[in-house]
Amino acid sequence: MNQINQQKMKTQMLLGRYANLKWYNSISLKGLPLIVLFLLVLGCATEETQTVVNFTEITMQDDFDTDGAPNSAIWGYDIGTGIDGWGNNELQYYTDRPENITINNGILIITANKEDFNAAGYTSARILTKDLFEQKYGRFEARMRLPYGKGMWPAFWMLGANSGEVIWPACGEIDIMENRGDNPTTINGSLHGPGYAGDIAPGDEATKEYSLENDRYDTGFHVFGIEWGPEYINYYVDDVLYNQITPDDEDVTGEWIFDDQPFYIILNLAVGGSFPGAPNEETVFPQTMLVDYVRAYKYNGLN
Amino acid sequence: MKNEKNRYLKFTLLLGLIFVVTISCEREVSDEVDFATFGNNPEIFIDGFSGGLEYLPFAGSKLDAFSVDSEVKYKGAASMRFDIPNFGDPGTELGFAGAIFPDYGGRDLSGYDALTFWAKANKAATIAQIGFGSDFGDNVYRDIQDKYLVTKRNLRISTGWAKYIIPIPDPSQLTDESGMFWYAAGPEDGDGYTFWIDELQFETLGTVAQPRPAIFFGEDLEAEAFVDIEGLIPREGLTQTFSLGSGINETVIAAPSYFTFNSSDVDVVRVSELGVLSPVGLGTAEITATLGGVKAQGSALLEVSGGFEFAPIPTRDPSTVISIFSDAYTNVPVDNYNGFFGGQTTTGGAVEVIEEVENIIVYENLNFVATSFTNPTVDASGMTFLHVDIRTEESIEGGDSIILELIDFGSNGSFDGGGDDTGGGITIASGDLESGTWISLDIPLVNFTNNTGGGLGGFAVGAKANVAQIVFASGSISSILVDNIYFYTE
Repeated sequence: MNQINQQKMKTQMLLGRYANLKWYNSISLKGLPLIVLFLLVLGCATEETQTVVNFTEITMQDDFDTDGAPNSAIWGYDIGTGIDGWGNNELQYYTDRPENITINNGILIITANKEDFNAAGYTSARILTKDLFEQKYGRFEARMRLPYGKGMWPAFWMLGANSGEVIWPACGEIDIMENRGDNPTTINGSLHGPGYAGDIAPGDEATKEYSLENDRYDTGFHVFGIEWGPEYINYYVDDVLYNQITPDDEDVTGEWIFDDQPFYIILNLAVGGSFPGAPNEETVFPQTMLVDYVRAYKYNGLN
Repeated sequence: MKNEKNRYLKFTLLLGLIFVVTISCEREVSDEVDFATFGNNPEIFIDGFSGGLEYLPFAGSKLDAFSVDSEVKYKGAASMRFDIPNFGDPGTELGFAGAIFPDYGGRDLSGYDALTFWAKANKAATIAQIGFGSDFGDNVYRDIQDKYLVTKRNLRISTGWAKYIIPIPDPSQLTDESGMFWYAAGPEDGDGYTFWIDELQFETLGTVAQPRPAIFFGEDLEAEAFVDIEGLIPREGLTQTFSLGSGINETVIAAPSYFTFNSSDVDVVRVSELGVLSPVGLGTAEITATLGGVKAQGSALLEVSGGFEFAPIPTRDPSTVISIFSDAYTNVPVDNYNGFFGGQTTTGGAVEVIEEVENIIVYENLNFVATSFTNPTVDASGMTFLHVDIRTEESIEGGDSIILELIDFGSNGSFDGGGDDTGGGITIASGDLESGTWISLDIPLVNFTNNTGGGLGGFAVGAKANVAQIVFASGSISSILVDNIYFYTE
């Protein structure tokens, strides 16, 4: 953990979680409070470091310990190209073939291949816990290593359980992690809801980037997670809480729909599409997204 | 230059200090054997020369192209300024600027992953070569010059300060490096330019990743090889590519010593640390490589079917011979073995197959080509025959032929397209050609009776006192080998 992050965390501890997250948001925008922050850090240097997570009671855990296909009691597949490339002009055809998704040595491996398949130029995989594991509130995290290269779009995200009944974005979407493969040091954590989905104007979703210093997401495993409770979602990478989104967030320009229903989990590796753009001649195939584990924890009412 | 001398003096003092510190540290470690260790100072030029650093320009380059600039700088007190000469600059014999910046004390760079610097130019420019690892062979810890040379080709520099990253192909090799930095650049469209470099140092970025080394330009080649005829893995095709933190893929040319070469059958082809391929036996061997444990893209499948069959060695008495091209005789001065005339597709020329022993002429994409010997022209008036050995590996069809022509520049010794010039040709028809073997031709000069492709005639009956060119032409055969071109008399 770098020094700045340490300072952030210690300040969070001192001020109380809720308040200090607002703090953290504000220091990234304004320079002035930084001085105060420094003094505070000095004042609490000896206290123990606070953890970024609070919910510890596991409700779902998949460590991908059995080689082969993912556990069908937890995961289903999206197959094909969806409508308009899953709504994003994505270029891949999702399959459930082991060439695209398999578990090997305790790791879930989703592989994007460049191949002609059912009129698509690429294949990959997307699995989801819809109707199998859905939960309102709590902590959701996965330990993953991302692919790299222009056009890679790995994601760990959630949709509202009524996604099949209402038209997106009415169901709500929580993006715990998504990444552009040509930006190997940065991920986005985002929230899409009615009026702030990024569908009318790209980027009008509530989102924040988190970049690693002197490290990248495609060379080692990192933990991506959220803690979700009434009227807030906290985003973290490894041991750094980097954002909180609440109904008061200036980017949340529509109704807060994240206190209404359970959500399900999605893991996928898209190729191309509106977010990363198409692969180019330098993109190396195959590319793999590795997942060490996915865990969900129960909201404990604290916070 | 005076300033620089002063600077060196300071470095010596600094070096002394480092020594003291190092010694006091060493004592504390243990009684175990101390291996030589090197300082790991990452700084090359921040606001001045780092300790031990020297400036050594290339011979023939603009020696004063480099200066320290305290006016223009990215950060701190000074930057490195490089003035690339205009075309024709009298300050450089070879028309370029270039230098190496070594620290012959040696540095351990194994903890870093890239050479980085900030740079800008007074106009958008492309630096031909820039990198590190060049030592002029004076690194006392190394057996090979420029052993771990790294070259970034055609680095584009803009007019605003920007940070540039040259990744280290395999840092673990650089425990005793002395080549901190080097560059070479020439004028662009005749014009020189100025660029500045600042904050030049090695760094541990942590974002230099996804290595993709390559040999043979990343291609899988198949080639024929011959026992005892060595080849060299092309240096330019030895590369290392990294994905940088920006997402950009950066490729540098890496010296052979970064690679571990492998032959699938060392009884067929051996490959040295420097990438020299030595066919030693019959069979097939695949040449591959790894860099830092990563398999390099590209390979060569070499089929060794035997020794190369050279043309029969001429046995005629040298006193009866005027030789144009033969290892058996002393040859007359030859201008070139390929004049690259207009309309000509032919490539190739003379090739030294075995150093100082065996040369042959290789022509590819043949339509027509001339070997010229005009300084002086050859007096063949006392000669009666032309000898030449020709070989093609292509299958011979009924209509195939090879045309030979001789051209005489006449008594004025120069080609003027008419007047006293004469020329004559002869067609070697398919019946006299054979694939996969040397064909030895002994042609009476009086048989060169056809008009040449250029319309000249009269050679067969002419004086032959100023013969200046021999032409090979074919409408159907693309690749030929030629050896032992000489005139003789019986």
